[in-house]
Amino acid sequence: MNFEFSEEQLMLREQARGFLAQHCPPTRVRKVFDGEQDYDAALWTSIAEMGWTATAIPEAYGGLGLGYYELAIIAEELGRAVAPVPFSSSVYLATEAIMAFGNESQKERWLPGLASGECIATLAHAEGAGQTTAKSLSAALSDGALTGVKKPVADGINANIAIVTTAAEDGSVTLCLVELNQDNVERSPIQTLDFSRGHATLTFNNASAEALGDGTVTWSAFEALLDRAAVLMAWEQLGLADKALEQACDYAQQRYAFGRAIGSFQAIKHKLAGMYVKNALARSNAYHGAWALASNSDTLPLAASTARVASIQASLNAAQENIQTHGGMGFTWEFDCQFYYRRAKLLSLAIGSERHWQDRLVTALEQQKPAAA
Amino acid sequence: MDFKDTPEEAIFRSEAAAWMAENQLTAEDKQGLSRLDVAKLWQKRKYDGGWACIGWDEKYGGRGASAIERVIWDQEENKYDVPSRFFVIGQGMIAPTIMAWSTQEYCDQFLPKLASGEEIWCQLFSEPASGSDLAALRTKAEKDGDDWVINGQKIWTSGAHYSDYGMIVTRTDPTVAKHKGLTAFLVDMKAVGVETKPIKQLTGDADFNEVYFTDVRIPDSYRLGEVGQGWQVALTTLMNERLAIGGGGAGADVPLAMKIAQTVSINDRPAIEDSAVRAKIANFHVQEAGLKYNGYRALSALSRGDLPGPENSIGKLVGAPKLQDIASFCMDLLEEHGALWGDDLDFMAGAAQRSYMGAPGLRIAGGTDEIMTNIIAERVLGLPQDPRADKGIPFNEVPTGN
Repeated sequence: MNFEFSEEQLMLREQARGFLAQHCPPTRVRKVFDGEQDYDAALWTSIAEMGWTATAIPEAYGGLGLGYYELAIIAEELGRAVAPVPFSSSVYLATEAIMAFGNESQKERWLPGLASGECIATLAHAEGAGQTTAKSLSAALSDGALTGVKKPVADGINANIAIVTTAAEDGSVTLCLVELNQDNVERSPIQTLDFSRGHATLTFNNASAEALGDGTVTWSAFEALLDRAAVLMAWEQLGLADKALEQACDYAQQRYAFGRAIGSFQAIKHKLAGMYVKNALARSNAYHGAWALASNSDTLPLAASTARVASIQASLNAAQENIQTHGGMGFTWEFDCQFYYRRAKLLSLAIGSERHWQDRLVTALEQQKPAAA
Repeated sequence: MDFKDTPEEAIFRSEAAAWMAENQLTAEDKQGLSRLDVAKLWQKRKYDGGWACIGWDEKYGGRGASAIERVIWDQEENKYDVPSRFFVIGQGMIAPTIMAWSTQEYCDQFLPKLASGEEIWCQLFSEPASGSDLAALRTKAEKDGDDWVINGQKIWTSGAHYSDYGMIVTRTDPTVAKHKGLTAFLVDMKAVGVETKPIKQLTGDADFNEVYFTDVRIPDSYRLGEVGQGWQVALTTLMNERLAIGGGGAGADVPLAMKIAQTVSINDRPAIEDSAVRAKIANFHVQEAGLKYNGYRALSALSRGDLPGPENSIGKLVGAPKLQDIASFCMDLLEEHGALWGDDLDFMAGAAQRSYMGAPGLRIAGGTDEIMTNIIAERVLGLPQDPRADKGIPFNEVPTGN
C-alpha cells in the first residue's frame, strides 16, 4: 500500500508553501481586495516563472510534463493562500480542455503560451441563473462566427482566450476557442463576492471562433473534463479549509474570555474538532481523486464527485466556523476571515454546485456493478 | 500512489491466504459448537499452525510479524466467517499491557494461553461512577500482608461472564490526587468473591456485565507497575484499544441504502430518483469513502514502518454516528415497514434495524463521541484542556454529587 505522495512531491509542496508565504501573504491578497486591480498580475508572473502553469502540459508543448499529483499539490497551496490569480480557470479548465479536445495545431498554437503563463485562458459556460446543460445552451457557433452571452465568466476580464460551450445537435456540445481581444467580443466586468478574480459578462456578436478539435464532443466527454477539474478544485478548497481551521485554532488559543482561552471551552473546541473531521475526510477523498485523475481510472467520476462534495462541505464549514470562532472581529473588513468565506463560496459555485456533484456521485454509484447481496 | 502490496507483502499475503484456505474449520468441525467454542477451536488451530497473535514474539506463540503483516493477516482472515471478538480485549489490549508492566514469569505463564485461546481475559476499568472520567474510579485495593484485598464494583465489562482472568484498576490511596492513587492488577475471575451479573442491553442482548468484588484476595505479584502507577498502566491498555477496536464492521451502509432506494418508491417513482434521497446518499458516501481512504493512508504509514497519524483517530467518531444516521435513513425509505424486526426481513435480513438499535452503544463504547472529540481537539489540534474542578486535590475531597 502506497497511498501517499512521494518525497519529491512533498518537497514540491514545501517549496510551494514557502514561495506563497513570501509572495502571497494575506496582506497581498488584501491589496487586491482593496485596490483597483482585479487579480495579482505580478504574482501570476512569478507563479508562471516557477513553472506551475506548465505542470501537467507535455514537454512537447513547452510544459514540464509532470503529472496531476504535482498539480494537486500546487492547487492545495494556492487554496491555502487564497491566491488572487486565474489559475483554476486557465489551468484546470481551459488548458485541460485544449489538451483533451484540441487538434494538433491548436495545441501547438496555444499550449506553449499557457505553459509560460503569457496566455491566460478560461472556460465560459454559464448563461445566467441556474444550471447550464446541453439543452439549455443558447450560445452557438456557425461558420466560424460565435454568438451568445456568457455570464458569469470567472477571470473573464483578464483572460486572453476563452473556451466557450455552444449548442450542438443531439445533446452534444461544441467547445469553441475564442480570442477575446477582438471587436466582436464585448467584455463587461461584473462584481462577485470574491473581488480578486475579475469576473465578466462576455457577449459574442459574430465573434471569430473555431471549434476545438473535430467540432462537437459528447456531453459526457464535457462532464469528464469537469470531473478532472473537480479533483483539482477539491484540492484547492481543501487547502483553504485547512488554512481556515488553523486560523480558527490560533485565535482560540489567544483569545481569552471568562478568564481562560476560548479554545478550552468545549463549545469552541468541539466546533474546531468538527472542522478537523470534515477536513480529514475531504483530504482522504482528495487523495483518492488525485489517484483516479493521475491514473486515468474508470472510477474517476465517482472519485472526483466524492472529492468535490467532501471539499465543498469542508471548506464552507471551515470558512463559516472560522468567522464564528472569531466572534465580532471575524465579521470586520479588517480581519482576513472574509477571504476564506468569500473564496470558499466562490469555488463551491464554480463548475457545478454541491447539489450537482451529489447527483453525479449517486449516478456513478448507480453505474457501479451492484455488490453481491 | 498505488494500492499494491510491496513484493514482500505480496509473498506474505499469499502465504497467509494459502494457510487460511487449507485450515478453515469445516461445517463438521463446527457441528453443535457454540460461537465461543468455534472461536476457541479456530484460535487453537491458528496457534498450532504458528498463526496466532502473529505480531508477538515467537516465545509467546507469535511470529514477530510487522504491523503491516498483521493488517494483511486480518484482511485475509476477514474474508472468512470466523469469530474473533472474544479475544480482542485480551490479545489486543491486555497482552501488550502485561508485556510492558508485568514480570517475565507472568509473560511466560499467561501469554501463550492468551494466544492459543485457552484463556480469555476481560478489562475491568469502568465503574458506575467513573465512565468518561475513568480516573475517578473507587474500587478499593488494600494491602494485607503479602496480598491485596479488593472491594468494589465494575461495570460494562465485556465478556466477564466467560473470562478466566481480568485486568483491574483500583484505588489504593484516596488521599492523593485522582490520577496518583491508582494501582493496576491482574485478577483471577474464578477467585472467591468475584461475582458477575450480565447487563441486558436495549438490543436485548447481554454482551457485558456488572462485576462485584467482595474481599477478593490477590497476591502482590499480580500487581502491574508500581503502587500508584495505575494510570500509566491503564493508558498502555487504552492506547492499544484504539488499534484493537477501530475497523468498520458490518451493518447499514451505502450499498444497502442504494439497494433499498432502487427498490422502493417515492410518489410512485423509484426512490433513487428523488433528489433529497440522492443528496443524503452522496453525503453518506463521502463519509464512508473518506474513512476507507483514511485507512489506506494509515496502511501506507504502516507499510513504510511508521505509525499512522492522528487522522486515524476519527474512525469511530465518524463511523458510529454515521451508522446510526444511515440506518435511520434506510428505515425511513421503508416507511412503516422500517419498524419491522427480525432475521427474515428483506434487505440484508433487517440490517438497518439492527444497526439502528446497536449504534447508540457504539457511540459510547471505547470513548464516547464527546471524549473522542476532546481527544482530537486537545491532542491533534493542541487546544487547551478544560479547567478541572478536581485537579490537584485529594481524591476523597473531590465533589461527587449523587
